[in-house]
Amino acid sequence: MTKRFWIVFSLLIAVGMVFIGPAAAADQIIKIATQSPLSGDNSAVGVDIKRGAELALEQMSAPLAKMGFKVELAPFDDQANPDAGVANAKRIVSDPAILAVVGHYNSGVQIPSSEVYHTSGLANVSPANTNPKVTTRGYLEVNRIVGRDDVQGVVGADFAAGKKVKSVFVVHDKTAYGQGIAEFFKKRAEEKAMKVLGFEGTEEKANFDSLLSPILAGNPDLVYFGGMYGQAAVLFKQAREKGYMGMFLSDDGFDSTDAVKIGGQTLLDGAGTFYSTVSGPATIYPGTAKFITDFKAKYNASPQPFAAQGYDSMGISLKAIEAAAKAGGNKLPTREAVSKAIRALQDYAGITGKFTFNSIGDPTVAKYFVIQVTSPDPAKWNDNPVVETLDIAPPK
Amino acid sequence: MKRFLKSINIPELIRPLGQLVFFSLGTTIVLSAIVLVFALILDRTVVGQTLFERLNVSLFTYTLINLPQVAIDGLTIGFVYAAIALGYTMVYGVLEFINFAHSEIFAVGAFVGVEILIALDRFGILAGASLVMAYVYLILAIVGGMLAAGGLAVAVERVAYRPLRHASRLVPLISAIGVSFLLQDAIRLVESLTTGQFNRIFPTFGNFDRRVILGKMALGTTNITLGVSIKSIIVIVSAVLMLVALNYLVNATKVGKAIRAVAQDHPTASLMGIDVNRIISLTFLVGGMLGGAAGVLYALKFTRIDAFVGFFPGLKAFTAAVLGGIGNMTGALLGGIVLGMLETYAGSYMGVFTMGAAGTEYKDIFAFSILILVLIFRPQGLMGANVAQKA
Repeated sequence: MTKRFWIVFSLLIAVGMVFIGPAAAADQIIKIATQSPLSGDNSAVGVDIKRGAELALEQMSAPLAKMGFKVELAPFDDQANPDAGVANAKRIVSDPAILAVVGHYNSGVQIPSSEVYHTSGLANVSPANTNPKVTTRGYLEVNRIVGRDDVQGVVGADFAAGKKVKSVFVVHDKTAYGQGIAEFFKKRAEEKAMKVLGFEGTEEKANFDSLLSPILAGNPDLVYFGGMYGQAAVLFKQAREKGYMGMFLSDDGFDSTDAVKIGGQTLLDGAGTFYSTVSGPATIYPGTAKFITDFKAKYNASPQPFAAQGYDSMGISLKAIEAAAKAGGNKLPTREAVSKAIRALQDYAGITGKFTFNSIGDPTVAKYFVIQVTSPDPAKWNDNPVVETLDIAPPK
Repeated sequence: MKRFLKSINIPELIRPLGQLVFFSLGTTIVLSAIVLVFALILDRTVVGQTLFERLNVSLFTYTLINLPQVAIDGLTIGFVYAAIALGYTMVYGVLEFINFAHSEIFAVGAFVGVEILIALDRFGILAGASLVMAYVYLILAIVGGMLAAGGLAVAVERVAYRPLRHASRLVPLISAIGVSFLLQDAIRLVESLTTGQFNRIFPTFGNFDRRVILGKMALGTTNITLGVSIKSIIVIVSAVLMLVALNYLVNATKVGKAIRAVAQDHPTASLMGIDVNRIISLTFLVGGMLGGAAGVLYALKFTRIDAFVGFFPGLKAFTAAVLGGIGNMTGALLGGIVLGMLETYAGSYMGVFTMGAAGTEYKDIFAFSILILVLIFRPQGLMGANVAQKA
C-alpha cells in the first residue's frame, strides 16, 4: 500500500510542479519578511515594527512594480522568543521568493535567527537590535539602522561633559552589558578631562551603604551607573537619602517605569537623573511628520517606538532589491546580490536619518538620545523629555 | 499588678541590652582601631599620596571622618543579620541541623509585609496617612510578615522535617535545601500569577526616608554629612526589641525552660512531661517570626525585593550564626554584629586602601576569610557552643 501511495504522491507533486512552475515565472513575486513579536509582552512594539514595514512597502514598491515584480509582505511572529524566531527563520529561508528580512525587536532573538539567514545568504535589516554582537560577527547579510550598546557609554560621557561635569564616580553591574558601557564611559570621560574618582563593580542589589562611603567622600558632580534599573534606582535612592545632591546618569537599562517606582521623588531632587538610549519617540526625528500622519490614517493609532525604524528598514530592503535587479538586467536578483546591494547603499535618505552601512553592517552614523526623568509618577514615564540628540559613528 | 511586676525577671531584660551595647561598642572600637592603624601606616606611602591628590586630604583624616557613618551603617545591617541568625541558631539548638529554608521564610515575611503595604497604598490609605497612622501601618505590615513567616516555618517543619527526625543528619539538611528552592519558585509563581511582576517595591509613605542629621564635617574640599535615616533607626530599635524579647522568652519563662530542656536532651525532656513536638514547633514559630519581621525591615531599608531576596541575607546570617558559635543565642547576636560591621568597614575602606584595585565588590571575600580563620582556630565559634544555654 505504502509503495503505491508514494507513487501516486510523487506523481501528484510532479503534476503540481508543472502547473506552478510557469505561473511563478510569469508573475515574478518578491516577498520581504518581517520578524517581530506580534503576540505577548513586547507585541505593542513588535506589531508596529510590522506596520511600519507594511506602510513602507505600500508607499515605495512602485519602482519594482514597474520592472514587473509583485512585492508582498510576509509577516512572521517571533514571540520575542529565540526558539520561535529560529523556527520562523528556517521557514523563511526555505521560501525562495523571500529576498530580505526586516526584523527582530530583541537582540536575543535576532542573533540566533540571523545565523539561519547567514547560512542561505538572506539579507536582514534590523530596525531595533543594539547588542554589539549583532554586527560584530561580521556577516555580510546582517545590517542594522540603530546604535550600539557600546557607544552609549561615550554618549553619556559627552553629555556629562556638556553639563560641565568635572568629577564622576562610575559604578557598574559586572555584566557584559553594564561593565562594557561603564568602561566606554570611563575612557571617554577621561578623554574629556573629567576626574574619575572611582570605578566599582557590584552585584549588590540592596545594601549600597559601604559603596556609598567613598562616593560621598569624593562628592563627585555625577554618579554613572552601567546596568539595569533594578540596581541603579536603588543605588540612586540610597545616595540621595545620604545627602548626595549631584547628578545621576545611566543607560537604556534604566528605561523602565519600575525605576521611578523605586526611586520616586529622589530621582528628581538635586541635579536630577538622566539616561541614554538608542531610540527616541517617533516625533523626535525630523522627517517623520508625513509618516506619523500616514500611520495614524491607516492604523488609527500613534506609532510605537521603532515603528519608524521598521519603515526605514523596509525602505532600505526595497531600494537594495531594486538596485540589484537593475544591475542584473531587470531579472529577479539572487539573495547574495541583495545582501551586497544593501551594503553598497550610499546615504539612503530614510525618515530617521541617512544610512550608509560600514563593512560589518553598522550605520556609519547612528542617533543616540539622552532623556531626563521629570515625573515621580510611573504613568508619566513615557512623557520624559529628550534633552539631547547625538550622531555618533560606531566603534572600530 | 504588683505580683505581675514581681514576676518580671529584670536582670534578664537588662542583660541582653548590656550584651548588645557591649558587642556593638567592642566591635566598633576594634575595627576602627584596625583601620586607623592601617591608615597611619599607608598614609606615608603612595596610597596616601594618591588620595591626597584626589581629595586633598590625608588618608588618616579621611578614615577618621568617615568612621562614625561607617559604624552606624555597619550596625544597622548587623542587627538585621543578627535577627535572621537567631532563627538558624534556635533551630540548630533544638534539632542540630541547619534550616536552609530559613532564608525563604525571611523572603516570605518580606513579601507579605510589602504586599500588605502595596494593597493599602492601592486603596489610597497610605498617601494621606498621618505620621502616627504611618507607623501603625508599618507595624501592621511587620506583624503580618511575622505571622505568615512563623506559620510557614511551623508548616515546613511539620511537612518536611518531622517525618525525617530519626533519619541520618544529612537527610533533613537535603530536605531543607529542597524546601528552599521550592519556596523561592512558589513565591515567584504566586507573584507572576497575581501581580505579574518580578520586583516588588516598598511604597513610599510616612517619614521613613527622612534623615536625622547629626553633624557636618569638613573633608578636604567637601563636607561629609553624618546622619542616620529614620528607617535605619526603626530597623535597629525593632531588632533590639525582638532580641530582648526572645532572650526573655528563652531564659526567663517556663516555655523557655522547656525549649532549653528539649535542646539538651529530647528523651529526658519528654520524660519530664514536656511535649517535645510542640516545643519544636514553637521554636520554628519563634524563629520564623523573627525571620519574617527581619524580612519586612529589610524591605523597608532597601526598598526593592524579589523572590530571591532571601538568598544573600540568609547566607550571611548563617555565616554570622557559625561565626558566633552555632546553637548559641548570644553568639548569633555577636556574629551578626561582627559580620555586618566587618563587611561595611571592608567595603568602605578597601577601595581607598588598595587605590581602587580591590574595591567594595570584594567586601564579601574579607568577611568570609575571617569566617574561615575563625573556623580554623576556633571551630566552635567566637562564643563557643554553650551547651548549658543553647536553645
